[in-house]
Amino acid sequence: MSTRRIVGPFNRVEGDLEITLDIADGRIAAAYVNSPLYRGFEQILQGKLPADALVLVPRICGICSVAQSAASALALADAADIEPPHNGRLAANLTLAAENLADHLTHFYLFFMPDFARADYAGHAWHAATVDRFKATVGSAPNQVLPARARFMQMMGLLAGKWPHTLAVQPGGSTRPLASSEIFRLHRTLREFREFLETVTFGAKLEEVAAIDSRARLDAWRGRAGGGDLRAFLAIAADLDLWHLGRGTDRFMSYGCYQEEGRRLFPAGLWHGAAMPLDIAAIEEDITHAWYAAAGSPQHPATGSTLPVAEKDGAYSWCKAPRLAGQVVETGALARQVVAAHPLARDMIEGYGASVAARVVARLLELALVLPAMERWLAELVPGEPWCITAPVADETSGVGLIEAARGSLGHWITVRRGRIHNYQIIAPTTWNFSPRDSAGQPGALEQALAGLPASATDPLPPAIHHVVRSFDPCMVCTVH
Amino acid sequence: MNILWLQSGGCGGCTLSWLGGEHGPLFRVLIDEGIELLWHPSVSEAGVDEARELIEQCADGRIAVDILCIEGSLLRGPRGTGGFHRFGGGAEPMIEWVRRIASRAQHVVAVGSCSSWGGITAAGMNPTDACGLQYDGEAIGGLLGPDFRDRTGLPTINVAGCPPHPDWITETLAALAHGSLQAEHLDDFGRPRFFADQLVHHGCTRNEYYEFKASARKSSDQGCLMEHLGCGGTQAHADCNQRLWNGEGSCLRGGYACIRCTEPGFEEPGHPFETTPKVAGIPIGLPSDMPKAWFVALAALSKSATPARVRENATADHLLRAPSVKRGRK
Repeated sequence: MSTRRIVGPFNRVEGDLEITLDIADGRIAAAYVNSPLYRGFEQILQGKLPADALVLVPRICGICSVAQSAASALALADAADIEPPHNGRLAANLTLAAENLADHLTHFYLFFMPDFARADYAGHAWHAATVDRFKATVGSAPNQVLPARARFMQMMGLLAGKWPHTLAVQPGGSTRPLASSEIFRLHRTLREFREFLETVTFGAKLEEVAAIDSRARLDAWRGRAGGGDLRAFLAIAADLDLWHLGRGTDRFMSYGCYQEEGRRLFPAGLWHGAAMPLDIAAIEEDITHAWYAAAGSPQHPATGSTLPVAEKDGAYSWCKAPRLAGQVVETGALARQVVAAHPLARDMIEGYGASVAARVVARLLELALVLPAMERWLAELVPGEPWCITAPVADETSGVGLIEAARGSLGHWITVRRGRIHNYQIIAPTTWNFSPRDSAGQPGALEQALAGLPASATDPLPPAIHHVVRSFDPCMVCTVH
Repeated sequence: MNILWLQSGGCGGCTLSWLGGEHGPLFRVLIDEGIELLWHPSVSEAGVDEARELIEQCADGRIAVDILCIEGSLLRGPRGTGGFHRFGGGAEPMIEWVRRIASRAQHVVAVGSCSSWGGITAAGMNPTDACGLQYDGEAIGGLLGPDFRDRTGLPTINVAGCPPHPDWITETLAALAHGSLQAEHLDDFGRPRFFADQLVHHGCTRNEYYEFKASARKSSDQGCLMEHLGCGGTQAHADCNQRLWNGEGSCLRGGYACIRCTEPGFEEPGHPFETTPKVAGIPIGLPSDMPKAWFVALAALSKSATPARVRENATADHLLRAPSVKRGRK
């Protein structure tokens, strides 16, 4: 006999989230994840001119705005069969990387860590220091990080005019040519951010963090002097055993991102015990438990539909259930680094599988991996060479844009008929991670990760549930769009 | 003064913009200006049951809310039920929570163009019947109705923008906390005049190109974006090129058109966003307060007087010709 409990609003998740828990014998027997907000971007886009998508889609999300722009620009570039010039490609990488790194920082300091300052943990050896450092809005960390983040986001002022919601990211490159003095100012911004990360977040050189290649080495590194907020988190993770909490499907997907000469910095792929090829054609969205009418379900996004219905038996979310060859996959920084064969990422999922700690460490690892790449891209820019090319999108065409946002794989599928958008389908990272059940009854990744956790029908929600939910860095506004 | 901040049919980008403020740590700035954050969905510690309890108390008056900030459009659909957004943890539509708390709050602030007018969420077929707090596009009304006044007699304060500049939000809240924001400080659309009495055009670095109608032809060109590439900066009310974004940015400095995102109805301009609509070769959207005949005459004159330097640089993505160096005093 189980008791049903509805919990929400979850905060610090970027958007709206509610979870229904069936609780039996002091544990979660089943979790049902509900995205309770629907805005209808896929309907809004129908009938628009293809180029107008670049105004609309970034506004799906205020935190992954550039990622949405980049996916749209890639889809339009695919439809127009063009590639940006060298400078344009580097500028796109820099803009996307600036957003992704800022998002990782925001997640760690503003969304995730404040939960350890909660009164639930009073009595733990680390609690008093954690309250001083990480307590929401008043801790020393959020107040130190906001100015550092704002300084880093000055990258966006120069690269993209503003953030969020830029129009600088175009199918043919960037609207913003940079002169050498502007490149120098960007260089100084990156150097300052590197110093912030090395002194405040890591207490170590970025290269030292990026070279950690196993859990054992990570533990040894934690024991060394140096301070920094990552070490503080690792101490908490060891004490609370966050390495054995929040396992999902352990099937990891990445579309790959950051185009370089002939390769992507992080490759596309699938990992399920071993590396596997990623078959994009095998993606389908199932709407059995979502508030949509079926025009045939499941559907590949290239021919997908979005027809909201107010009432539907068995439906409990506005989120569709994307599946890869019928399987639930997890996406995000951990998945990206597992697919990219980073030895620490691979080692962190050995044994137990994906955990709260592994997801959080993977994000911070990316700060250490991507910033040096940004320094390299910046140095490769050539003032005076082209930044953008233009080409019309044909009246009858289609395109796909696949990219990695901070929180995972983001795909846009566009079909153009008579010069107008006939269909535009979007699958965002959290659509994958926080999907509802499908027609086979398979729970989504978070639904699987929550099952079995201790919970009661009446007591305050255990903080472990908050950790598991936020370990995915959910973006609920992207989830449904 | 305290603030309760709620989000509905938007992207959260107003909050993310706000967090990027460049006058020190936002949380300390608020305290320093006498503002207490009761609850904000992105940054507060309280979650689930604690948050629901707090918001219930705000709705039934046990907690007196000084400033209610709403980010995101108000979703009235489907069929007037508000069911496109039910506030997490319950069955009640968000529009009901907003109505209840707005009726008690000392002030109601629409943060961003979505909660001001409907914004992007109201674009296209407006599938969710989205509107603003007190406007539905340009039409007065919206969720709270044309006659809504807060407990001090003010209409909703519309900090428009997609997103608004972080300072617009902070400065508005500080003015409310200091008791210095009165009806005369709002423009005809309820926007604070400290930013809405300016035009985006003011301070635009492309002004020399504008003067000579030396126009960009494609993205990344340096010329003026008004004639061909859809720029509405000469009509859009905001101080974007005086109070810069993310250090030294603005849309124009980023190389793309002002899409007039502080104006009601900006989401449906009636033309492609980045293409200027014209009749007989003359842009339809003339600069604010500019008589058409004069604009046409001046444009023709200035075009014929355009220096070669300005003309050539306008359609290039880097300087082809630097201003000539003069010697002596003239």
